[in-house]
Amino acid sequence: MTRLVFAFAVCATTSLSAQDDLLSLLGKDSAEVAYTTASFKTTRVINGHSLENTAHGVLDFRIGHRMGFVSGGIDQLFGLDQATIRLGFDYGITDRIMVGFGRSSYQKTLDGFVKYKLLRQCDQGCTMPFTLALVAATSVTTLKADQVPWFAAGRQDYFSHRLSYSFQAVVGRKFNESLTLQLSPGVVHRNLVVTDQDRNDLLNVGMAGRLKLSKRVTLNAEYFYVLPDQGPPDAFHNSLAVGFDIETGGHVFQLQFTNSTGMFERAYITETTGDFFQGDIHFGFNISRVFTVYDPKAKARRKQEERKARMG
Amino acid sequence: MKTAKTLIYAAILLLPSMSMAQDKYGTRNGEISFFSSTPMEDISAINTKVASVFVPTTGTIEFSALIKAFEFEKALMQEHFNENYMESSTFPKATFKGKLVPAEGDDLSKTGIHAVNVEGMLTIHGVEKPMKAKGTVEVGADGTVKAMCDFDIKPEDHGITIPGVVRAKIAQTITAKVRVTLSKL
Repeated sequence: MTRLVFAFAVCATTSLSAQDDLLSLLGKDSAEVAYTTASFKTTRVINGHSLENTAHGVLDFRIGHRMGFVSGGIDQLFGLDQATIRLGFDYGITDRIMVGFGRSSYQKTLDGFVKYKLLRQCDQGCTMPFTLALVAATSVTTLKADQVPWFAAGRQDYFSHRLSYSFQAVVGRKFNESLTLQLSPGVVHRNLVVTDQDRNDLLNVGMAGRLKLSKRVTLNAEYFYVLPDQGPPDAFHNSLAVGFDIETGGHVFQLQFTNSTGMFERAYITETTGDFFQGDIHFGFNISRVFTVYDPKAKARRKQEERKARMG
Repeated sequence: MKTAKTLIYAAILLLPSMSMAQDKYGTRNGEISFFSSTPMEDISAINTKVASVFVPTTGTIEFSALIKAFEFEKALMQEHFNENYMESSTFPKATFKGKLVPAEGDDLSKTGIHAVNVEGMLTIHGVEKPMKAKGTVEVGADGTVKAMCDFDIKPEDHGITIPGVVRAKIAQTITAKVRVTLSKL
């Protein structure tokens, strides 16, 4: 009799466990590769590039705006009397390659860049622990010949003098939902510099991070350290910026305090004149508005629907 | 006598394996789509990798959908869906466990089209809610079962808060469509 009860117990438990996870009958979840997303709210931390790209087919219209120095005092309404602006368009050619160009009021500069995500941090199905993005940028000032910083009477004004380049390797990791840190060693090359003490190539390292304060607000900070002994001492300061990202659906608003005036690499890395801790701080904002101009999955979706229609 | 006893034991031991042998149907390629419509914006997404298992004899049905597998037309929508609303890194899956209840006297293991009531527990964003809806089950002679069901979801019911700035773009009630074709396991 006890054996009978035992047997009943056995069959009862087996059928129970079979009920409990029916879905396990399908076998293990397939480990599809998934890359980490949303390490930053947008493609720039503040001035510099973040780990993120615009997605394939997405156009990002960016407006960057920096007021004058807060240290200008009440005469300048703490900087609100002045403004430096950059307007730019970024576009994702694929999920890994993006291009962009912009026009800054700072030295009337045009700039363009290509950004390629060489390595992508992996969430699932692979092992890559960090993301590596390569950024190559170039800029050209369109100031009149007698307004360029290196102007000297009688010197021939070559187009090539107006060019500068920047190369960065942005490497970083989204450690958890709220914290992302990145390092971006790079070099800025200027075809022509103002004094013979200035080097044409300036090695620099950017460091940046973000902390998510809520789902839609993050605290960002970045610092670009220009390696010492590469030019006249104390001519320029390192770029420091602290700000917030506020995301509202299709827009990201970035509000920041920074000692840098320009918003492209040569300007903020090598030509920052403000001393952050002496009040030479610009209040500023970036507005990013994205438009989906091409839907890469539309074709596949359409095919699927056609197939479904055929099958009834 | 001894043989009779052994036979009974054997029969009892076989019972669970017999219940295991009852027909079960399953898929990993089920479809769930949803649609939100407001005068400001239409939002739709589809997941074509939904896992589901159905047992006709008991009417038991289960679904599991990976939130990250919902595909949107706009990449940013998808990012916000995962990051701001569904928090898919914390709650990676939505699940449904329940029963398909046919009309009185109807048998779901018979070939044909059956109207059913869907009853069970729906878990989205880590919040479990009872759900009831009407659906259809089509048992094919070829060993497949097609199940379909449309139902409404309110994000608030599952602890998903929608801030004021985007309130006008996201419908109060979102319509979900389930379309699965299951084959015999």
